[in-house]
Amino acid sequence: MERMPKWADVILTPLISLVLAFAISALVILAIGESPTEALKVMVEGALGSSYGWGFTLYYATNFIFTGLAVTVAYHAGLFNIGGEGQAAMGGLGVALVLLAVPWPHWALALPAAMVGAAVFGALWALIPAWLQAKRGSHIVITTIMFNFIAAALLNYVLVNLLRPVGSMDPASARFPEAAHLPKLTDMALAFGMQWGKNTPANVTFFVAVIACLLVWLLIWRSRLGYEIRAFGKSERGAVYAGISPVRITVIAMLISGALAGLMAINNVMGEAERLVLNAVEGAGFIGIAVALMGRNHPFGVLLAALLFGFLYQGGGELALWTSVPRELIVVIQALVILFTGALDNMVRMPLERIFMALRKGRA
Amino acid sequence: MTARPEAVNGAPAIELRGISKAFGPVQANKNIDLIVPRGTIHGIIGENGAGKSTLMSILYGFYRPDAGEILIGGGPITIHDSQTAIRAGIGMVFQHFKLVQNFTVLENVILGAEDGRLLRPSLARARGELKRLASEYELQVDPDAMIEDLSVGHQQRVEILKALYRQADILILDEPTGVLTPAEADHLFRILRGLRDEGKTIILITHKLREIMEITDNVSVMRRGEMVASVKTSETSPSQLAELMVGRKVLLRVEKAPATPGAPVLEVRGLRMVDAAGVERLRGIDLDIRAGEVLGIAGVAGNGQSQLLEILGGYPEKGARLEGEIRLKGAALPLTGSDARARREAGVGHVPEDRQVEGLIMDFSAWENVAFGYHDAPEFQNGWLMNQAAIRADASAKIERFDVRPPNPELAAKNFSGGNQQKIVVAREVERNPDLLLIGQPTRGVDIGAIEFIHKRIIALRDAGKAVLLVSVELDEILALSDRIAVMFDGRIMGERLPDQATTADLGCLMAGVEPGTPPEQAIPPAMGPAGVA
Repeated sequence: MERMPKWADVILTPLISLVLAFAISALVILAIGESPTEALKVMVEGALGSSYGWGFTLYYATNFIFTGLAVTVAYHAGLFNIGGEGQAAMGGLGVALVLLAVPWPHWALALPAAMVGAAVFGALWALIPAWLQAKRGSHIVITTIMFNFIAAALLNYVLVNLLRPVGSMDPASARFPEAAHLPKLTDMALAFGMQWGKNTPANVTFFVAVIACLLVWLLIWRSRLGYEIRAFGKSERGAVYAGISPVRITVIAMLISGALAGLMAINNVMGEAERLVLNAVEGAGFIGIAVALMGRNHPFGVLLAALLFGFLYQGGGELALWTSVPRELIVVIQALVILFTGALDNMVRMPLERIFMALRKGRA
Repeated sequence: MTARPEAVNGAPAIELRGISKAFGPVQANKNIDLIVPRGTIHGIIGENGAGKSTLMSILYGFYRPDAGEILIGGGPITIHDSQTAIRAGIGMVFQHFKLVQNFTVLENVILGAEDGRLLRPSLARARGELKRLASEYELQVDPDAMIEDLSVGHQQRVEILKALYRQADILILDEPTGVLTPAEADHLFRILRGLRDEGKTIILITHKLREIMEITDNVSVMRRGEMVASVKTSETSPSQLAELMVGRKVLLRVEKAPATPGAPVLEVRGLRMVDAAGVERLRGIDLDIRAGEVLGIAGVAGNGQSQLLEILGGYPEKGARLEGEIRLKGAALPLTGSDARARREAGVGHVPEDRQVEGLIMDFSAWENVAFGYHDAPEFQNGWLMNQAAIRADASAKIERFDVRPPNPELAAKNFSGGNQQKIVVAREVERNPDLLLIGQPTRGVDIGAIEFIHKRIIALRDAGKAVLLVSVELDEILALSDRIAVMFDGRIMGERLPDQATTADLGCLMAGVEPGTPPEQAIPPAMGPAGVA
């Protein structure tokens, strides 16, 4: 017997959590002497009020979709991959190597090749923690977080010593060939004769991300591999009984997870920076955890949660720009959202369940 | 603070009036009345989900009733939590013991009942008290032994001692004999009788009719949340009780024709297994099962049966070393690696001992569980994806044929009762028509109606010329189904018997690791029982 209807579970609960998080944020803004309504107005207008705002919101959301999906796939295998940050950074390296190695004639050719580069590098970066977990029992939370640091150090070395063009003082790779630049959404809108989001980073990768959501959904809920991943994630002993190899599933799930995190580099490295810079990921790997939590580890939930966090990111930036609300407060608001939707989920869920039970009993 | 209610002369130890408790739409207890006179052993029986555990949880303060009144010793009382229950003189021995494994007996006894901040005075007082209780009620346990070194029977004594140390007058035992050998169960019953004669009141929750008949003074039967009858044990019979529990006539023994064994299906020779920790779990097992016969393996849990099933099912424990030979239909099976899938393809079906941990994914829907282990069967594939329509159709058909209730394949496995969960597993494994069916604890936690059904399917499979290896800790079940009985103790087969020639006492000796003839009392090692190692 389900305790409450599905819509209450997937929509109402996160919504109430969100409202609570915003309410407390409002109190904090009040406490530092600013107006919460003004702040909300600036955020909404800055992120959603214009095509310019949307252009940034969608760009951030694209990053978060990939890292959120990465956490989701691993979660279904009972693995907590918090190494999205490092895997996305390594994905960036893969993208840079592919794009710098060949003088790509057209972005449509470069994109699939760069995707392979991003996915392979991200996947390989997840492979070692996966292998250690499967074979040695080293906890994947520990190893993936350590691999974030290793990835950062490695990229630093590679950028400074190997990829930096001669004579440049900037720890960044050379620019990617002009022809390999991805079309921005603004260019695509222009092709249809629309003025949309001029000078914004949102690019064609957004559609790749949406397709990735669909593919992950098919993988998890429609494929045999997804069935095995979910079974293993729920009960390892059950999986062994059914002839599912824990080593195989751990490794495969983490490879897919790492590949998804790596694919984020298509958006930020290939689509936006058009060269590899230091710290290109900017914490999106960690935001992915919150996105997956809030999206209840469902690809479509991830899509919605990524849009919300894209809004928070862009709106927060605007808030810091136009008001005297400090940028750190944006982090506070994001943290409150994560706290309420993720960690304190049951605080809202359980009273809600009780209300629905009481309602049902009243009707029965 | 609720003080212990004053005992009113002649008042019953426990009286429940109109207790009701609902969980959402499920009415777990409906207007329950119960009177347990002081100084009696009172049995409560009922199928799984009949509401016995809920009722006891209310009495022990885990749940608050929606309506109704509880009277202890004639005085009304509100039980907020287990602390209140303990103060009111109620002690509970759970099916799964609540003991700290790496504490000594003494430490466990005083845990939560220390006299002050310093342990030494409490320990000293407990030592004296334990000594007194031990001599009074045959409750001997070494107070300085670690729990992890004790046999299950001794661990249970510690649980009883814990309750008595807290001055319990009323002792509730939930399925106490599930893990005991017959001799250990006999000893437990002697203890319980001793306690009753001292004026203690005992409530025994069980599904074993034999135990009810043997030890209780009165018995109450629950069915679907209601108390359907309370009778004097001397005035009832097992078949009447079974009928009251299920609400219809039940066959307590399966009807079966003599077996007509054919060619050997499974041959096991000299099978040894040393687990990752270096403990020898199987010490040279020889077994033969022929087509068309049921070989029952009796024994107390933890004597290597689980390891045997896992090895035959194709997934020995990680890091285990195996020796010997296993032949299936004449072909040698590999002893290394883990590949339950290959074993299924070779024609071995397996209903595992623990359906909730192995046999089912509890969060999966019933239809997903019907494909579990066979999820790569060609008929379940549709190109790159799984053919959900085919699996759903197959699941619906199996659910109908096995009368799984409710007949809703979309429902998650965890939302079915124990018996219906087991039917899903049995349906999945039996309907593949395996040459060899491994079946562990087929009716553990399964209600009587479903037991009858599952037993019939096992016999039907046998009659279809298939081999069945049955592992069960329920001696009655082994006796009812087996064509031959092998008894396992400490990783060995102690002996084989034919069911019509075997007596419970004889099998009980073998289960305790002694050749028959030695009195069973001496058979149990004082502390280090075989199950204590597990």
